[in-house]
Amino acid sequence: MTTPALEIEHLTKTYRNGVRALRGVDLRVEEGEFFALLGPNGAGKSTTIGIICSLVRKSGGRVAVFGHDIDHEMEAAKSCIGLVPQEFNFNQFEPVEEIVINQAGYYGISRRRARPRAEACLRQLGLWDRRRVMARELSGGQKRRLMIARALVHEPRMLILDEPTAGVDIEVRRSMWAFLRETNARGTTIILTTHYLEEAEALCRRVAIIDHGRTIENSAMRDLLMQLHMETFILNTREALAEVPAVEGYTLRRVDEHTLEADVERDRSVNGLFEQLSRQGVHVLSMRNKSNRLEELFLRRVGRAGA
Amino acid sequence: MTPSQQGAAFLTLLIKECLRFLRIWVQTVLPAAVTMSLYFLIFGGLIGSQLADIHGLRYMDYIVPGVILMAVINNSYANVVSSFFSAKFQRHVEEMLVSPMPDWLIVAGYTAGGMARGLVVGVAVTAVAAWFTDLRVHSWPVVIAVGLLTTMLFALGGFINALFARSFDDISIIPTFVLTPLTYLGGVFYSIDMLPGFWQQASRLNPVLYMVSAFRYGMHGVADVPLAVSFALIAGFVVVLFAAAVWLLRRGVGVRG
Ligand SMILES: Nc1ncnc2c1ncn2[C@@H]1O[C@H](COP(=O)(O)OP(=O)(O)OP(=O)(O)O)[C@@H](O)[C@H]1O
Ligand SMILES: [Mg+2]
Repeated sequence: MTTPALEIEHLTKTYRNGVRALRGVDLRVEEGEFFALLGPNGAGKSTTIGIICSLVRKSGGRVAVFGHDIDHEMEAAKSCIGLVPQEFNFNQFEPVEEIVINQAGYYGISRRRARPRAEACLRQLGLWDRRRVMARELSGGQKRRLMIARALVHEPRMLILDEPTAGVDIEVRRSMWAFLRETNARGTTIILTTHYLEEAEALCRRVAIIDHGRTIENSAMRDLLMQLHMETFILNTREALAEVPAVEGYTLRRVDEHTLEADVERDRSVNGLFEQLSRQGVHVLSMRNKSNRLEELFLRRVGRAGA
Repeated sequence: MTPSQQGAAFLTLLIKECLRFLRIWVQTVLPAAVTMSLYFLIFGGLIGSQLADIHGLRYMDYIVPGVILMAVINNSYANVVSSFFSAKFQRHVEEMLVSPMPDWLIVAGYTAGGMARGLVVGVAVTAVAAWFTDLRVHSWPVVIAVGLLTTMLFALGGFINALFARSFDDISIIPTFVLTPLTYLGGVFYSIDMLPGFWQQASRLNPVLYMVSAFRYGMHGVADVPLAVSFALIAGFVVVLFAAAVWLLRRGVGVRG
């Protein structure tokens, strides 16, 4: 077996104020993966990331980054990681380009070599035109992108993003997705936390869920989604319906004149439903998932379904 | 990190720190020049002209080394305490904490930045002093060595203060209640020979006295305490404070959750 990009065993953390943020987190991320780290607010995602990057001191357990144990080979471990933290943490009064060049410097890259790298990163994230501006003058979305540029300037083997798309508009989010996919395709391992589950579903091939400081799920996205036995679709019909059409093998509910909700079990095809509806002269104009599939699973796993 | 990477990282910190205080020189360099020229004017010129010589020096000349050193001390301390505390406050200290820079390198980088500010201010105040009186230098090596060691010592003190500080109030407590009394009572404006017996002995517990004395020796060739004692003491403090700063940073005091 090859060395995993990240290996975490029985990680625990009790903050000084007594909060037990982590009660036993186990994770294994293989090199080259695009990995989703999910969990409700306060689950311990940022704490876990903080420990990996040495911003937070662990209470117990083991963390190794590309085989480098953070207790013994901290420098080697840190050199492999680029971090995009949840909260803005750059000097608001420093020019954008300077922030990226300095970060390269902290990784031992001289200014002369850092300049072209900073330029490449800022161009890729669409910030080159803003390079002389003070960081505080950037918009929220631009600040997020600045933190991505900063995290990539030393060409880390693993990129960790803690809610990088929070408060970012749809267009920018899509372009960030494309950028992250490319980065991953070039071989960078990516760990992403997000509360937009469709984002995790679209990008990540593996997923872990943390809840109350414990890993409660760690599997391939596909396997996880397979656990969903039933999906609910929303159908828009051309005909106004006075009552729920009678169909066999599916559960239908009427939402309003032109809208139906249909529960479809995973081993049944949707075709059967359409056939029965057509026979009754009901035409479906459009159809969509009632909720994101991952979202449904997530809510069940963290025990808050229907809450 | 390889030594050359460490060199690049150190330079990054030093350049960043220098740019920071030079960019806001009106707040960081100018005030000392203005305040100290008032000291020279009032204590040295107006009051000093009425006073007897000390150790064969005109009062104005006697206070010049101490006043320069006072500015150097305040500014090397202030630079690091405010820069590192605001890095904590705005959280960009995390940029350094996630990097592979060893703790001693971060301490060294900030200390060098504080030394740079102390030295720039020192040169500015010296230039002001030259306007009031003829400056002489008895021994350049002593002046330079005392200048470097003193800035280093107080820059390290500022770093430790910033680690413990939780609010902007905490970064002015030490300068106000510790540094200022120590410098005023450190023989800047008088020779400890002029004090009654008890206070003479008490003054010997004040580390600033040894620096002022050594610096005055560098400029005028007269000292309150032996030069070797001064150097041993300052160097000892530097070693202890550097070790303390690195240890505290490694433990994450004030910066790691
Ligand atoms: N510095 C700290 N001191 C004390 N408690 C903390 C600290 N940081 C986080 N916590 C607590 O630890 C727990 C886990 O927080 P953490 O930030 O890791 O959650 P998260 O999964 O990232 O949540 P979110 O999705 O809201 O970002 C929470 O109960 C939080 O209040
Ligand atoms: Mg978080």
